[in-house]
Amino acid sequence: MPTLVSHPDEVKVISRRFGQGAADIDRYLELDGYKAVQKAIAEGPDWIINVMKASGLRGRGGAGFPTGLKWSFVPKQSEKPKYVLVNGDESEPGTCKDHVIFLHDPHAIVEGTMIAGLAIGAKMGFIYLRGEYRYLLKIVEKAVADAYAKGFLGKNIFGSGIDFDIVTQSGAGAYEVGEESALMESLEGKRGVPRIKPPFPAVVGLYGGPTVINNAETIASVPHILLMGGEEYAKIGSERNGGTRLFGISGHVERPGVYELPMGYNLKKAIYDVAGGIKDGKKLKAVVPGGSSCPVLLPEEIDVGLDFDQMGKAGTMLGSGGIVVLDETVSIVEFALRTISFYQHESCGWCIPCREGTDWIKKTMTRIYNGGGNKKDAANIQYLAENMMGRTFCPLGDAAAMPTLGFIKKFRKEFEEYIEGNKAGTPIITVQQLVGAH
Amino acid sequence: MSTITNSIFTPETAARFDHLVTLYPVKRSALVPMLLYAQDEVGYVSDAVVAEIAQRLDLLELDVRNVLSYYSMLRTKPAGRYNVQVCTNISCMLRGGYEILDHCKHKLGIGHKEVTADGVFSLEEVECIGACCWAPAMQVNYDFHDNLTTVKVDEIIETYRAGKGKDVK
Repeated sequence: MPTLVSHPDEVKVISRRFGQGAADIDRYLELDGYKAVQKAIAEGPDWIINVMKASGLRGRGGAGFPTGLKWSFVPKQSEKPKYVLVNGDESEPGTCKDHVIFLHDPHAIVEGTMIAGLAIGAKMGFIYLRGEYRYLLKIVEKAVADAYAKGFLGKNIFGSGIDFDIVTQSGAGAYEVGEESALMESLEGKRGVPRIKPPFPAVVGLYGGPTVINNAETIASVPHILLMGGEEYAKIGSERNGGTRLFGISGHVERPGVYELPMGYNLKKAIYDVAGGIKDGKKLKAVVPGGSSCPVLLPEEIDVGLDFDQMGKAGTMLGSGGIVVLDETVSIVEFALRTISFYQHESCGWCIPCREGTDWIKKTMTRIYNGGGNKKDAANIQYLAENMMGRTFCPLGDAAAMPTLGFIKKFRKEFEEYIEGNKAGTPIITVQQLVGAH
Repeated sequence: MSTITNSIFTPETAARFDHLVTLYPVKRSALVPMLLYAQDEVGYVSDAVVAEIAQRLDLLELDVRNVLSYYSMLRTKPAGRYNVQVCTNISCMLRGGYEILDHCKHKLGIGHKEVTADGVFSLEEVECIGACCWAPAMQVNYDFHDNLTTVKVDEIIETYRAGKGKDVK
């Protein structure tokens, strides 16, 4: 069972109800539960969207698109039914924040889904969880069933004359389905391959109807924002990056865990103060700051604020908020190989640059790691990765190319040491294991 | 009453599937979860499972197989009663995920995607399971076990071997 952690620098907004039994609907009601949705009904869709815009909340899945703006793109009039889709297919390596929300505050997801539905005029919402999260799916299913039993869901919610239904859905193992259009394909009972955009989901989404798709953490933030007010929420964060975020700090730190920190919080402080510094007093070698797809940062680059813009300026991404910390013993070649092996395994094969690119990078890196690398291999990896960028339907190609480019550029010397036959670092896994893995 | 006569599923699962298809604007939307729930009951997605699900959703068996082959949790061969899935992705790898996998291989005497002779355990190396902050982690069927050590793994495996492990379905 995930252990809850705490630090004085945390600002508990989304995590306010964690550890308080809020998965129980009566307890959730005691903790201001389902007040935000009633306020939303009273104030109406334009008010909801304005509050969301004022909050500065940006998509917590990783893209960082302003949530209020996304909702405002959905046409008011539509012949086809509109839908709300909650993306709980959390699969980005290094990311386990939604896991904690589903476990501790599932009703916040239910309530947030209802509010999103009210904002865009949808009558139906789907909460999609990755297949591995079965025990969490059961918690969310119970939350939905309890909300129906209280009359909060279904016909005429809170006497508003508005009907709203929620269906929970299980995936069955596929990283690619975390991409919004692939998720819609999966929910339509198909292979989870991406759709071409435009049209964007706000116009043509699930079953061809206008669809808002938001990450689970984004949706869980919504009720809190409505209760505290958009401006108040925005104030907690940094410029153009409202509020707080759940950061999962993992890898070589003393106190790994999911911490809720204000947007813009310093990455170095997050690692050294909040997570207790590098494990066993070792030295820091590198940080992958927002899930495995984000370009790596060197120790001298981590004095930077954790928000979408500052991380972008630092040449990386805020991503999913999964901060992975590597100490001095890690072989970057090995780590880069493990990373690309994941993307090679998960590439859905729909777009050739991604399918072939991930495969060739994995093969080349395996050769380097094996000690049989050619002189041109490092340059070839860079060439392959650069040619994947921006050439695929969905961001998986970029997600594989970006960290690869980070590793190969910032740790070029280490790759060359392998190529020249002078291995660096202490391997923590053997080649046979890696090669045999997939 | 199930809409399918001679269903291969238990009456509970058949009733659940009857209900499931009514939830969506399009029946086919039930396909992915239905395959997984069928696998939970039968142990794998057998030909008979494919045939009945195709019938329930008015799909060709080919449509069902096309989707089936996409998702990594779905299998067309039986696994052990307890499928041990060890994560070796980055966060787990940094905290000993490969040592845990090696230990399981040694302890169970099987490799990746193999089943023990008595059919009790199978082993799988899996990608990130979303337990990064509590790494290294593994799942036995759907149950999470985290902050693993080799000693803890031994205890977990013995608990399941004795039939006392938790088994969420």
